Amino acid sequence: MRHIISLLMENEAGALSRVAGLFSARNFNIESLTVAPTHDPTLSRMTIVTRGNDRVIEQITKQLNKLIDVVKLVDLTDSSFLERELMLVKIQAIGEARDEIMRLADIFRSEILDVSPTTLVVEVTGASKKLDAFLAALKKDSVLEVVRSGATGVARGDKALSI
Amino acid sequence: MELSGAEIVIQALKDEGVEHVFGYPGGAVLHIYDALFQQEAVRHILVRHEQGAAHAADGYARSSGKPGVALVTSGPGATNAVTGIATAYLDSIPLVVISGQVSTPVIGSDAFQEVDMVGITRPCVKHNFLVKNVHELAETIKKAFYVATTGRPGPVVIDIPKDVTDPGIKIPYRYPKAVELRSYRPESKGHRGQIKKAVDMLLTAKRPMIYSGGGVVLGNASEQLTRLTRLLGFPITNTLMGLGSYPSDDQLFVGMLGMHGTYEANMGMHECDVLIAIGARFDDRVTGKIATFCPHAKIIHIDVDPASISKTVSVDVPIVGQVKPVLEVMIELLGENNTKPDRDALDKWWKQINHWRSINCLDYDKKSDKIKPQSVIETLHDVTGGDAFVTSDVGQHQMWAAQYYKFTKPRRWINSGGLGTMGFGLPAAIGVSIANPDAQVACVTGEASILMCIQELATALQYSTPVKVINLNNRYMGMVRQWQEFSYGGRYSHSYMEALPDFIKLAESFGHVGMRIDKPEDVRPALDEAFAMKDRTVFMDFITDDSENVYPMIEAGKGQHEMRLPPGMTTKRELA
Repeated sequence: MRHIISLLMENEAGALSRVAGLFSARNFNIESLTVAPTHDPTLSRMTIVTRGNDRVIEQITKQLNKLIDVVKLVDLTDSSFLERELMLVKIQAIGEARDEIMRLADIFRSEILDVSPTTLVVEVTGASKKLDAFLAALKKDSVLEVVRSGATGVARGDKALSI
Repeated sequence: MELSGAEIVIQALKDEGVEHVFGYPGGAVLHIYDALFQQEAVRHILVRHEQGAAHAADGYARSSGKPGVALVTSGPGATNAVTGIATAYLDSIPLVVISGQVSTPVIGSDAFQEVDMVGITRPCVKHNFLVKNVHELAETIKKAFYVATTGRPGPVVIDIPKDVTDPGIKIPYRYPKAVELRSYRPESKGHRGQIKKAVDMLLTAKRPMIYSGGGVVLGNASEQLTRLTRLLGFPITNTLMGLGSYPSDDQLFVGMLGMHGTYEANMGMHECDVLIAIGARFDDRVTGKIATFCPHAKIIHIDVDPASISKTVSVDVPIVGQVKPVLEVMIELLGENNTKPDRDALDKWWKQINHWRSINCLDYDKKSDKIKPQSVIETLHDVTGGDAFVTSDVGQHQMWAAQYYKFTKPRRWINSGGLGTMGFGLPAAIGVSIANPDAQVACVTGEASILMCIQELATALQYSTPVKVINLNNRYMGMVRQWQEFSYGGRYSHSYMEALPDFIKLAESFGHVGMRIDKPEDVRPALDEAFAMKDRTVFMDFITDDSENVYPMIEAGKGQHEMRLPPGMTTKRELA
């Protein structure tokens, strides 16, 4: 099952490599990983999308918690949460295809960020599934580049991951 | 007090109460060595290879309970120490390893003797630090000792660039009394409700087993373990790492469990209905085939590390906490509980266990005209009164030492259980001897393992550590040979040691006493003679039976109940 693990860690050199190293060393799956400092500059927030059965996910959260640099952790998928990922797609857009892509962009409530005579760059934001759906709707050979940020997320309601 | 970075390192070690550092100098740590030279409180033990420094510090830590400290230079000095660091990591031994690093301005430029030590050691340390600023040095050292010694202990590396130790830059020095890390809260006494649940479960048991490991040694909880076991009257087995934490001459002790454990311990595990695991981690060498591990048992697991719980085996009652306070609460709750263990069921269970025991699975040919390695260990036990510190390398000799030296005290049995590091025994024994200068120290080894850190014989001479090297010389990498005999049709691929040195001359060239023993009747007098030489390192080369195997054995892929017994011995599966 897909899980989104969100964690706060010390904003220190090498902290990211400890997390990334843990996943490879213990043969855990990693689908995406994003990290950036928070409003507290001593803390970074990391979001990891991973897959595994309950036992594997339990080990992942325990092993992450064991890292000295990890301050706090939550498995967002344990309760109701919001998920957002940002994607930039550069698409070949000539002739009729141009209109079609623009219509599609409209349906997905995405923005066209760049226009050239032969290409468009579209920004799509949403849950990762929505981004997948947008890509699926495009003609495969028209996609020149896909840049995805990896998922980020936050729990709904008054629950907050903070120290 | 204004100190340079180099002086801060030494002063911080003093303030931490460190008396001994095992190390080897080199370019990046020259400032630190200069500061070391100008004081006497911290004694430096010069090893002959940085692997030896880490192992010696490790042996020091295991035998004394204090953290071991190693000091190595950058680049090759640091990488040489990595095997020792990984050894300590797998066995949760508190080490602080200080490595030199090239100066901060040249980090990342492939400078001379530069290696990314923090990167290399990341997967085999509890934590590591790169100190880029002299102002962070004292606090980082405090943090390192705190992290290494608390919770589930482990090695911590402090990588210090040379310019951070510059003797020309002095700053005010203050060593923090305590540190707190908001991301690290290791102390836990265990949840009382869970402990109560465990006690209730123990009291319903008809066929209980206590399975305890290295956590009891590390957590200094032998006394509590012994009290609890006797209070319950349950059979107890120890892991390789737990040997000595329960007196093995006690009737309740059914021997070591696992791959080379006793028949009664493994059968007891397989047939038990309630299992309590105390400071043990269900290692694959213990469980055998996971699918058939303890098929009838409800499992209680006490461990300070939550990640150890339900890692390989699902448990019914997890208790996260330090072993000692948890066992104390357990004993207290047992006293308050009106229910008592089911004596009738226990009597029946003991009858069954004693039936398994009666095959005497550790029996061996005592009339052979060749030296049997098992007899060397049994004689070693007699000669040392069962009270020596015994280190070992890795292989058959390690298993025989574990099986036949009946340890009755914790911290006496010192071996690389997790990583299985050949070359560990001799430097570890030197570390043990430095920590326990008046104690008898034996290094049980084989002719293959001993060559992996043989250079430390020079260290043994320099510091007069009177280690007795018990070399069980069978001319083979015995454990490799045994597996090749059992599983590879006797194709002994590269497991025979040709061109062995003359160990007598080798020992003598290092300034020690060498002895060769090749007749069974000479084993005892030779050991008597060697241990009478209280201030000498003695290298005893026992020429042993080259065909001897370690029995009993759970072969790879087999379950606990499918033990291979010595030739001619038959199993007693049926109930008594």
